[in-house]
Amino acid sequence: MTPEPLLEVADLRVRFGARVEAVRGVSLTVNKGETHCLVGESGCGKSVTALATMGLLARGAVRSSGRLRFAGQDLTNLSERELSKLRGDRMAMIFQEPMTSLNPAFTIGSQMAEVMQRHRKVTRAEAMERAGFLLFKVGITNPALRLGQFPHQLSGGLRQRVMIAMALMCEPELLIADEPTTALDVTVQAQILRLLAGFQRELGLGILLITHDLGVVARVAHRVSVMYAGEVVESAPASQLFANPTHPYTRGLLASVPVPGKIARGSRLGSIPGTVPRIGPGFAGCGFRDRCGHASEACAGPIAVQQAGPDHIYRCQLQASWPQDQAA
Amino acid sequence: MNLRRLFALLGLLIVGSTAIIAVFAPYLTPHDPFLQNLDGRMAAPFWLEGTVPGHLFGTDQLGRDYLSRLIYGARISLLIGTLVVICSGLIGTSLGVLGGYFGGRIDAVVMFVITCRLAIPLILVALTVVSFVGSSFTVVVLTLGLLLWERFAVVARTTTMQVRNLDYVAAAQASGASTWHILLREILPNIAHHLVVVATLEMALAILLEAALSFLGLGVPSPLPSWGLMISEAKDYMYFSPWVIMIPGVALFVLVLGINLLGDGLRDWLGAARDA
Repeated sequence: MTPEPLLEVADLRVRFGARVEAVRGVSLTVNKGETHCLVGESGCGKSVTALATMGLLARGAVRSSGRLRFAGQDLTNLSERELSKLRGDRMAMIFQEPMTSLNPAFTIGSQMAEVMQRHRKVTRAEAMERAGFLLFKVGITNPALRLGQFPHQLSGGLRQRVMIAMALMCEPELLIADEPTTALDVTVQAQILRLLAGFQRELGLGILLITHDLGVVARVAHRVSVMYAGEVVESAPASQLFANPTHPYTRGLLASVPVPGKIARGSRLGSIPGTVPRIGPGFAGCGFRDRCGHASEACAGPIAVQQAGPDHIYRCQLQASWPQDQAA
Repeated sequence: MNLRRLFALLGLLIVGSTAIIAVFAPYLTPHDPFLQNLDGRMAAPFWLEGTVPGHLFGTDQLGRDYLSRLIYGARISLLIGTLVVICSGLIGTSLGVLGGYFGGRIDAVVMFVITCRLAIPLILVALTVVSFVGSSFTVVVLTLGLLLWERFAVVARTTTMQVRNLDYVAAAQASGASTWHILLREILPNIAHHLVVVATLEMALAILLEAALSFLGLGVPSPLPSWGLMISEAKDYMYFSPWVIMIPGVALFVLVLGINLLGDGLRDWLGAARDA
């Protein structure tokens, strides 16, 4: 196996109040230089997993158990102060909405410089210089002009580039990107993804990319974890997951993506009936069983995690070799 | 140019010119506002019969130049308005931001304090305070400043609650910002435009309350030329010399109207600037 992973999350649980358990025992690892994609539909707990990893859960959310290790350091028993020293310095985060992720009251340059001055002993001028350099690196043509502008003077694509540049101010080792391209149009989306991949090669960045877009996953992921109702239902290297999806939910997801050339005009696209159930503490069995075409009585009991191949796990009672042509 | 902008400009004009007049009062007044002249009492203003050259707005019951007193009165009104707003703004904003940001128990305490404040009758407290410590300029400022913060607190609290859930606050946390930084740099600048509007309304209210307190004899003590005090002193003469009560009354009305128009204008303008 690889040495120590950059980020190791094991059995992470988050609940909101007494009724809702949003994350139910999620485990995942991100290695240096690797992109780990976390996929799932809205409300399955992707973002909460990311926020819990950064220690940024909102009021009312409780992380009840789990192991969080970052670069050999246990994050669970760090104080808030020690955590905020890591955040922005060694682990950074990019948010989904570029239109609202920048403070409207200050210029781009001032916000970027602030991040660096918070963690490093640099002068304002030095921080500004680095900000300008990074803006140039993310493909902004006139960095000096942009540094002095306010967020409302920039387009969505530009703002997301600024967010990426801002996240890279202190050369982090881990980047958590929560749907960084969802709010952008497709061409800009491709540019942003290329940019992230470029920085990954250059800096050995570990990226945890949260998305519900399987097209994005296919393009950038090294490893994919599929989340459903607060659980990781399948996790595998990207090529294996696309070649050999094993969990009924994963197959259902892949069947709902239109592939040019493969899908005949007029034929129906696959879909998964029903919606994600609301799951409280004490829920037993498979969260997908009400929507699954292969559900049986065994699905209400504890579900074992099975191996479908080397480094490929899935959480279902079906055998790994169940008929491939039948989607959920 | 639409009507709203016209009104806002009018407000700016009124408040601006009053401020300039107040600042340069010593150079603008034709006479000493405290100088009495018992031979020349109750001279009429220039548009009435019985006017005396040199006294544009006539004189009061002690023969003091009414225009000079009016100008110095503007000084007192604006000074009290500004000081009260600074004092109450500091109290209300801190309470509101803390309650809105931290929520939970802290917010419950803040809400309780606001509710308690709302249960306190302003004029009665002012009466009590004045009867204990006597009336003076400082007492008026402190009484009003320590009592008029509840609107600041309510507005700061609700707007903080809206802003604190926005992505850029989370982004700041994700880049390692301290709570202080978030309160001062992420929250406060982005709720300031709401607070500015509250400040204008509170300023108008403070000026009116000072006039009311002075009218009741609980505000600025004589012989300081407060507009409320001028109205109060003039009420004995209003049947024979109605201008003595009209002039400071109109001045008070115009200034308060101007501040309110300016406040409305600022709200429109700041709102539009942020939505752009």
